[in-house]
Amino acid sequence: MTLLGWAQIASVLALVLAAAVPLGRYIAAVAGGRVAWLRPVEVLLYRVAGIDPARGQDWKGYALAMLAANAAGFVLLFAILRLQGVLPLNPQGLSGMSSWLAFNTAVSFVTNTNWQAYSGEVAASYLSQMAGLAVQNFLSASTGIALALAVSRAFARGGVRELGNFWADFTRVTLYVLLPLAVVLGLAFVALGIPQTFSGYVTATTLEGAEQTIPLGPAAFQIAIKHLGTNGGGFFGVNSVHPLEGPNAIATALQIWAQAVIPFALCLTFGRIVGDIRQGRALLAVMVGFVVLATAAIYAAEAAGNPLLTALGVDPAMGNMEGKDIRFGLPLVALFTATTTGASCGAVNAMLDSFTPLGGLVPMFLIQLGEVLPGGVGSGLYGILVFALIAVFVAGLMVGRTPEYLGKKVQAREIKLAMLAVLILPTVILGFTAVSVVLPTAASSIQDAGPHGLSEMLYAYTSAAGNNGSAFGGLTSDTPWLNTTLGIAMLLGRFAYAVPVMAIAGSLAAKAKAPDSAGTFPTHGPLFAGLLAGVILILGGLQFLPALSLGPIAEHFTMLAGKTF
Amino acid sequence: MSVLRPAATMVVGFTLIVGLAVPAILTQLAGAVMPRQAGGSLVERDGRVVGSALIGQNFTGERYFHPRPSATSAPDPQDSSKAVDAPYNAAASAASQRGPTSQVLLDAVKERVAEAGPVPVPGDAITASGSGLDPDISPENAARQVARVARARGLPEERVRAIVAENTTAPALGFLGAPRVNVLGLNLALDTAR
Repeated sequence: MTLLGWAQIASVLALVLAAAVPLGRYIAAVAGGRVAWLRPVEVLLYRVAGIDPARGQDWKGYALAMLAANAAGFVLLFAILRLQGVLPLNPQGLSGMSSWLAFNTAVSFVTNTNWQAYSGEVAASYLSQMAGLAVQNFLSASTGIALALAVSRAFARGGVRELGNFWADFTRVTLYVLLPLAVVLGLAFVALGIPQTFSGYVTATTLEGAEQTIPLGPAAFQIAIKHLGTNGGGFFGVNSVHPLEGPNAIATALQIWAQAVIPFALCLTFGRIVGDIRQGRALLAVMVGFVVLATAAIYAAEAAGNPLLTALGVDPAMGNMEGKDIRFGLPLVALFTATTTGASCGAVNAMLDSFTPLGGLVPMFLIQLGEVLPGGVGSGLYGILVFALIAVFVAGLMVGRTPEYLGKKVQAREIKLAMLAVLILPTVILGFTAVSVVLPTAASSIQDAGPHGLSEMLYAYTSAAGNNGSAFGGLTSDTPWLNTTLGIAMLLGRFAYAVPVMAIAGSLAAKAKAPDSAGTFPTHGPLFAGLLAGVILILGGLQFLPALSLGPIAEHFTMLAGKTF
Repeated sequence: MSVLRPAATMVVGFTLIVGLAVPAILTQLAGAVMPRQAGGSLVERDGRVVGSALIGQNFTGERYFHPRPSATSAPDPQDSSKAVDAPYNAAASAASQRGPTSQVLLDAVKERVAEAGPVPVPGDAITASGSGLDPDISPENAARQVARVARARGLPEERVRAIVAENTTAPALGFLGAPRVNVLGLNLALDTAR
């Protein structure tokens, strides 16, 4: 690690935080219906949809609308992927995806996971990318943000049933937040070298006379929303390591900015909606703290290099370069990796499968902590609010008082639902991994022998259930078993989490909002932030420690002992 | 049911807006204002496309600087169900995806170190890149190849070293990213050097 490296990390993080402040304010204005510069489009959509944006929905109505929008998105995307061979905008003449792969991919993009069992330039037509996958990049992100807005409103006032109107939130977030940011960022990406064209692939004759096929496509705009919406699905197979997807260090820094800015901003939006910005800042501080620590850990592990290679005569000065391109440098790789897994994005600018054992452990652990640091757009905020409820509950148990969060009494019903949500992740991840490492059809997908093989499988279900989408790419994931079970893991990780959270929101919204008293535990100070960080680490992380010990931690020690597989 | 109509409307409506209209306009705009970047930063010589400035290509001859190892593959011409090594196959980007304790990785590295000359070897020269298409090598890696290229071309080493320096990109804004040498740009410059 070098001082210059830390200057890179600090300056990109500073730009994220500087933008998160005004963006948080702006999203709060959008949520309040106070932004209307595309009013005609908005009104037209409402009219055709036959909805009244001013009519509030209770938690069930809101959740049902959310599920319906996502189901419709799944159906359309599945159809496009299956039929891409006969649809237009397919200059390479690619054929339709198999039903297993189309199911997995459609679920993956609808749930904001963007796990990719296919390689973009090999298997997805321009139409599939642009009008299929990229649309879900927008809509799954709007879904997450809308849910977060609804949950935030539950804390704002007392004794209400309604959490807002899903269709209005969904439409406004897409039109006023995601679309303008994606247009500006997309143009910036073109300027930096990311293609945006409908021309087919180009065949070049190299200087040594060989033929090289250069893939192209309408990539820049899709890559912009892929980061802004914490989706992460690459236009090209190797994601942001691809020279046309991550052409230089500025582009990768902008992508880091884009994948972190909305999740951070939403904390401040939350603070504004509940009328106490300090509450949002406390959540933000916890997220930033974890991101910085994780970045430091990845940076240190990768800069130290692989001692097995050093022993063969490799200069360790550049660090561990297997699976990394040169142009980004290790500091931006470390920050990218920490934010992409902390933020449930899943894009990568280096291959995680080839990270050192500890460098690969950190991203996996960040996902297992519940995708709340800062988590996906929206899902990160409602995820950390679940942990906040559990944190005040733990504090309440210590002093023997009924816990409160923002004046709302937290009682048995909310804690039961919160635990139900929090337990989804370990159940799905550990359950499916356990089955898959003993089942021969599943275990044959593993590439590497030894503890690293377990890490590959564990990472896959971690990524799917956490709706992250990054991978230890050695795993052969385009098989019926993995396509199906990873698809189920993504659905459970998204909806079996979101629906209990909406139920909590409904229950809390109905409660009276008690004014602060002398006995109120303040939830905006360092004491609460520390308690929240502890709850996330212990509750989110502890159940994964045995599995991590058998995977990356065991591999770390075998590597130090010079053992290979 | 009351949710079907809004669900279908929103999904179709947004497909038309963010999936077709906006990207189509953006593509036209980008193509008009920044045609080179929007079209993949293609490099032409004598009117023929020789590659993309952003994408690495394979060089094996003595007269050229060599890129990093690449893990890309292509379908076997004899049997398309199998894959064969095809370095810098830009039609299918790929990394080795080998873990740090993989014997396959260590065997490959051992072989590359043996070919790479005196140890210690710079890390980028013996590891496969993340994209399989890394257009760059490190300045240390380039410096080690100067003598070979100079000999093969009959150029003074000083001259080759100067061309390397001209094709070395410093970190952006002086501190973002790593210093690098674009191999295609360097080799193109060598071909026109005297």
